[in-house]
Amino acid sequence: MTIWIVFALMTGAVALAVLWPLARVRAGHAADASEADLAFYRSQIADIDREAARGLIGAGEAEGARAEAARRLLRARDRTSPAADASEAALRRRRAASAFAISMIPLVSLGLYGAFGSPHIPAQPLAARLAVDPAQLSLADAVGRIEAHLARNPDDGRGWELLAPVYLRMGRAQEAAGAYERSLALLGATPERLTDHAEALVLANDGVVSAEARKAIDAALAASPDLAKARYYRAVALEQDGDRAGARSMLAALAASAVPDTPWLPMVKARLAALDGTTATAAAGDPAIRAMVEGLAARLEGGGGDADSWARLVRSYAVLGEKDKADAALASARRDLAGNEAALARLGALATELALTDRR
Amino acid sequence: MLIEAGHYALVLALAVCIVQTIVPIWGARRDDAALMEMGAACAVASFVCVAFSFVALSHAYLVSDFSIRNVVENSHSQKPLIYKLTGVWGNHEGSMLLWVLVLTIFAALVALLRRSLPARLRANALGVQGAIAVAFLLFILVTSNPFARLSPAPFEGRDLNPILQDPGLAIHPPLLYVGYVGLSIAFAFALAALIEGRIDAVWARAVRPWTLAAWAFLTLGISMGSYWAYYELGWGGFWFWDPVENASLMPWLAATALLHSVVVMERREALKVWTIFLAILAFSLSLVGTFLVRSGVLTSVHAFATDPGRGAFILGILTIFIGGGLALFAWRAPVLRQGGLFAPISREGALVVNNLLFSTACGTVLVGTLYPLALEALTGAKISVGPPFFNLTVGAIALPLLLLLPFGQQLAWKRGDVAGASQRLMAAFGLAILAALAVFAFTRGGPVLAPIGVGIGAFVTIGSVVEISSRAFGRGVGWRLAMRRAFGLPRAAWGTASAHFGVGITVLGLAAAAWSTETLVVMKPGDRAQVGPYTATLERVVPRSQANYREDVGLLRLTRADGTDAGTLEASKRLYLTRNMPTTEAGIRTMGLSQVYVSLGEAEPGGIGVRLYYKPFVLLIWIGSVFMAIGAFWAMTDRKYRVGAPVRAAVRAAEVREAQA
Repeated sequence: MTIWIVFALMTGAVALAVLWPLARVRAGHAADASEADLAFYRSQIADIDREAARGLIGAGEAEGARAEAARRLLRARDRTSPAADASEAALRRRRAASAFAISMIPLVSLGLYGAFGSPHIPAQPLAARLAVDPAQLSLADAVGRIEAHLARNPDDGRGWELLAPVYLRMGRAQEAAGAYERSLALLGATPERLTDHAEALVLANDGVVSAEARKAIDAALAASPDLAKARYYRAVALEQDGDRAGARSMLAALAASAVPDTPWLPMVKARLAALDGTTATAAAGDPAIRAMVEGLAARLEGGGGDADSWARLVRSYAVLGEKDKADAALASARRDLAGNEAALARLGALATELALTDRR
Repeated sequence: MLIEAGHYALVLALAVCIVQTIVPIWGARRDDAALMEMGAACAVASFVCVAFSFVALSHAYLVSDFSIRNVVENSHSQKPLIYKLTGVWGNHEGSMLLWVLVLTIFAALVALLRRSLPARLRANALGVQGAIAVAFLLFILVTSNPFARLSPAPFEGRDLNPILQDPGLAIHPPLLYVGYVGLSIAFAFALAALIEGRIDAVWARAVRPWTLAAWAFLTLGISMGSYWAYYELGWGGFWFWDPVENASLMPWLAATALLHSVVVMERREALKVWTIFLAILAFSLSLVGTFLVRSGVLTSVHAFATDPGRGAFILGILTIFIGGGLALFAWRAPVLRQGGLFAPISREGALVVNNLLFSTACGTVLVGTLYPLALEALTGAKISVGPPFFNLTVGAIALPLLLLLPFGQQLAWKRGDVAGASQRLMAAFGLAILAALAVFAFTRGGPVLAPIGVGIGAFVTIGSVVEISSRAFGRGVGWRLAMRRAFGLPRAAWGTASAHFGVGITVLGLAAAAWSTETLVVMKPGDRAQVGPYTATLERVVPRSQANYREDVGLLRLTRADGTDAGTLEASKRLYLTRNMPTTEAGIRTMGLSQVYVSLGEAEPGGIGVRLYYKPFVLLIWIGSVFMAIGAFWAMTDRKYRVGAPVRAAVRAAEVREAQA
């Protein structure tokens, strides 16, 4: 609303400025014009005199030039302006001119602005937008904005790629898989993108590696054989196909190739232990792993952990053979993630997988 | 809010300009002072609106408001502040807004400096200016709106074309636009005179300062653009006869002719029809330049808006204004009264020759620029009319022009005396021949024409000094009196001399280009190469990283023949990250008026390709253009242009009588 008041004020100010001379200038012709002309020719004659005095032009030439300028002076004097016509006509003209201006200015400007303007869009300086605390900007709000943008520009591959992991974190695995599919189609296949797509498909499919996911993993590994995530899911797929030995050797190789602090290592070891039918108590002796798990636990106790971190903690305790702690972590996770249906479902699946005592 | 207010102000300006087109011309026909005065009010109001709009857009650039499409496409939040600002006009939409801003500034000045102009001439001229502004505002709003919005807004922009991320963008386009658009005033005055059916010395006096200003800005704009191309594009050249350069040169040639013919009009009321024609021509050519750059007809560094829709719109504007102007000319020019007579050998005669030569040069450049385009459109054949054609033809026209320049300045009005003029120029001529001979004797290599070029440059330079000295010294006039007389000369005379001096200086710089050297070598750190009288050593190549680009910088040390150090220079190849676009930054070391110029090429197996140039006295080319512009500004301050009111003229007349007594 304010903006229309501003526009009205601007229009009014401009119309007033344009009409101002009508109120100020007397009707009638501009008499000063011919006066200025006469002054100009007089100054020209004076110039000629001065140059003649300096000897810059000869006496004869000066005389001729003076005569010429004088003739022009006379001509300018003779050119009498037509007498200003009756004030009645002048008044009519003024009315017509002001009516024209007063109607033209708002009509043209509002018409054209209506056609091209966007009065509803506020200014959005970058600094102010960045200053908004991301915590205040709810995730759902941000996702909504990106979705709106993608609805208009469905070919923005980077937008889809940005959105997909957010979907995954929100537990909307099915939509994440769709988003990765778009980004794959628009931006082309890279091993990482193929693997992410496969992961989303697996999670959307309750942990089962479908044929489609399998194909993506194979393609990713063909291009980049060292990709850890792809190798992990290949092993999961092998296990599902019944090739436990193949799965085992893949996972063992993956675990052996990993740098000690890699966050996904406990997950691989747990999977390995499950395959062996043993729990990897050996790992409990490793102070580095211990410290990492304790650190994670301390962080999650502080609150604000996401489903991934909780799942990692639960799994770590299970892998370390500390079933009590795993049960307790599971219970804490359920409390912390209460309300997040997707995360709770995932925790349930995890409890089943690790054979934990799941107290709902 | 500010953005939309800026957008609304632009629309408001259009509405006001429609009123400005109609009411003052009507007022002039009816001789109604109030209606004519409304034109002035409209001009000021539309200037305020467009200026507000420009400020709003600039503000959006400064705060990186990515809800404006134009900002997204041409800015980046990490760009240095100065380039955020210059980015406003570093693109099609913004530069059109700047164009219209300059147009309204000029119209507002015409409106406010009322005392120097006859009222009816001013009213008609404002009407024509209003029509031009209507056409361009409509063009902006309909085809290239800088205020088009995006919602939701992205968080980052696509960055400005890296070639344009340079201080040159802050200087070159604004100067050039002031020049281009300044010519619209001469055009508006010409049409106003045709509408009124009256043209005389008063008209010439009114037009001349505006033409001088436009010409000075155009000169500076072209020469700064040429210096920018010289150091940014890394080819070592400063003028490429690129169609877009030609598009700026043509209005300059026409404006130079106009500048000289207006002098004849003011002094003798002669050449009326021709002067009107030149005024129409000069602005038409600047419109053609605008069209060529923005229609997509040309591909060039400048062609940043290739859109056939816009091209068609500008073609329409072009047809209306050029066609309309010429039609009005054909219809009304016979009404104009003929002016004073003069002998062939006289100042007027010399200026006519000047005009003929400048128009021929302008026509030659026009043909050379448009012929390949027309041929391609008609037959599909691609030919290129390159530097050899232009150098030969324009050189052939410039030669008599330069030789006649000092003579023309020595001829009297109405009837001149060749023998006397030659006599006064004897010294200049002798010194020029001496200079040419000395250069010929002391240099090796270079074409035979080069010493002749030096001689001509010297002749023009010294001749311009003679312009002043021959008017100050007379028979039996002592030093002191001569000095007094020299300082008493009108500023217009000093301005003329300064501009002609600049021409000579530029010619000297161009002639010296014959002795420049160019070497292309592949160098590793530690390698040496000869560049003119210096030896360049590549010390090292280091990578560097800045906010929005990465660069490889080559550091070179220069040593003189006797082994003493002559300083270092840095040349670099940059890669702008957002657009993934490489640019070269030439390394330039200035020694006096000469420069060593180095640009880095591709990294090759045995090292890095390095182009080394030695450019003796190259700075003279641009220094000359600065003298030309200073001359024009100097002449503008001549008191006869500041006088307008009868009262002051009377005071002056009294002063003159005193001086004579």
